[in-house]
Amino acid sequence: MTSADTLKGFKRDGRVVIVGASLAGLRAAEALRDEGFTGSLTMIGDELGEPYDRPPLSKQVLTGWVPAGGTTLPRRRDINAEWLLGVPADGLDLATNHVHLADGREVPFDRVLISTGVRARPWFVETEAALDGVFVVRTREHADGLQRALASGPSRVLVIGAGFTGSEIASICRERDIPVTVAELAPAPLVGALGAVIGDVAADMQRAHGVDLRCGVKVTQLEGDAQGRFHRAHFDDGSTIDADVAVVALGGIRNTEWLRDSGLAAGPWGIACDTGCRALDLNGLITDDIFVAGDVARCPNPIYEYRLISLEHWVNAVEQAQVAAHNMVSAQADRWPHLSIPTFWSIQFGVNIKSVGVPTFADEVVVTQGSVPDRRFVAAYGYQGRVTAAVSFNNAKWLDHYRQLIETAAPFPPPCPTPDEPVDAKPVPVDFPGPRLLAQGATVVVTGHDPGERRVTAAWQHR
Amino acid sequence: MRVVVDLSRCQGYAQCAFLAPDTFRMHGEEALMYNPNPDDGQREQVLRAAAACPLQAILVEQLEGRDAPVGTSQS
Repeated sequence: MTSADTLKGFKRDGRVVIVGASLAGLRAAEALRDEGFTGSLTMIGDELGEPYDRPPLSKQVLTGWVPAGGTTLPRRRDINAEWLLGVPADGLDLATNHVHLADGREVPFDRVLISTGVRARPWFVETEAALDGVFVVRTREHADGLQRALASGPSRVLVIGAGFTGSEIASICRERDIPVTVAELAPAPLVGALGAVIGDVAADMQRAHGVDLRCGVKVTQLEGDAQGRFHRAHFDDGSTIDADVAVVALGGIRNTEWLRDSGLAAGPWGIACDTGCRALDLNGLITDDIFVAGDVARCPNPIYEYRLISLEHWVNAVEQAQVAAHNMVSAQADRWPHLSIPTFWSIQFGVNIKSVGVPTFADEVVVTQGSVPDRRFVAAYGYQGRVTAAVSFNNAKWLDHYRQLIETAAPFPPPCPTPDEPVDAKPVPVDFPGPRLLAQGATVVVTGHDPGERRVTAAWQHR
Repeated sequence: MRVVVDLSRCQGYAQCAFLAPDTFRMHGEEALMYNPNPDDGQREQVLRAAAACPLQAILVEQLEGRDAPVGTSQS
């Protein structure tokens, strides 16, 4: 039998198992059926209910507009799947091609897609995390609980961590006229993702909206009252604050523990894969039948020196699902690389914040358009003289232009002959430790628009 | 009915907020907020909004009967 026959047979009556029934898992399932896969499809998920959308949980749901249960994802087509929900996978056997479930069941597969995502990082002291009034926000249940707590009119909310989720929650507290304190270890909000220049803008924005923002401090203890209700937090500078609600927004933990004995290159950093979403084993060898997509995937990006990058971005989950599904049912020569430039958005304090590229992959940043005080601007990020990312505040229409600059390795600072160019646009050092191992000489550019046509070509770096 | 907007595509043209204001609202100058689970009575307006989006960023459920996980509730 030729490999073409084998592939045909697999497409007709093979067995695909998708572990992780959220955005990436659902979109991959739809894409598999779109690609003509008629075999058996099993969806495994640890939560009950159909796949749902998470971004609204920290926005529409917390404002009280939309109930937490109302974010079920729309379906683009019927996927005719068997659903195994409410039970997590707890092992993957690559020798026999089985997924083990926590309830003892074993599910055989020919090809598997892993999209188990991340979970919220809990407060580090278990008894304190269990106090009534202490929340994380990742699932519908979390959002529902926090929404109720906000609706009951707390005297003050403490948000621990001023990343995107923490900042969005602080924004909603102010919208609901609830006093809120934000505690952040870094010198400003969003610094870890966007650097000091944008961090300062974010800090001003929070304070202008009445947030009690405390940077450079660490919360050391969450104190409960006699009834086990959170009521006070202690900081490492000796100060305390009284609040009824604490939201722990300290990022996520990748759900890879279940793969501990699988032999895959999986760990706290995610699951390493190639640009075709095929998983790497511990030796760094590509597996043939194991695919990865979404927050849990750690994929090389040629634009960023082939570094393995995990992204907790909505679009990344959608795009990797599409690529993984296509490659699962395609011969080697027809496989697609996932070569898109990361994009991300956040809505807070009435401002639309968007980014394209990888802002942490930069040594300089410059405001190229608009005005920072007006909170309507674009900042471009550069690394060794080429554009690597851009962030917009209420100026999203321009980001496609910057995406093209990134894809073509355009020189930094980019010439931006627009009417709203600031007069004093000078690049300043970006304030995070930039990429340390500096590749010399070559970089690459992306060509093609159709997912099937997109390819990378080597180019010489501007110096 | 079920709706999702790809907010990475959305550029704040606000056509949807104009055509289906009960489902789509502008938050500040250009950020979009939407109800992912509007009443079925909104269907006509929402479909019109999805068609009018210059970025085609609005996805409306395309199925009436879909396979659902057994023993779990549908919204």
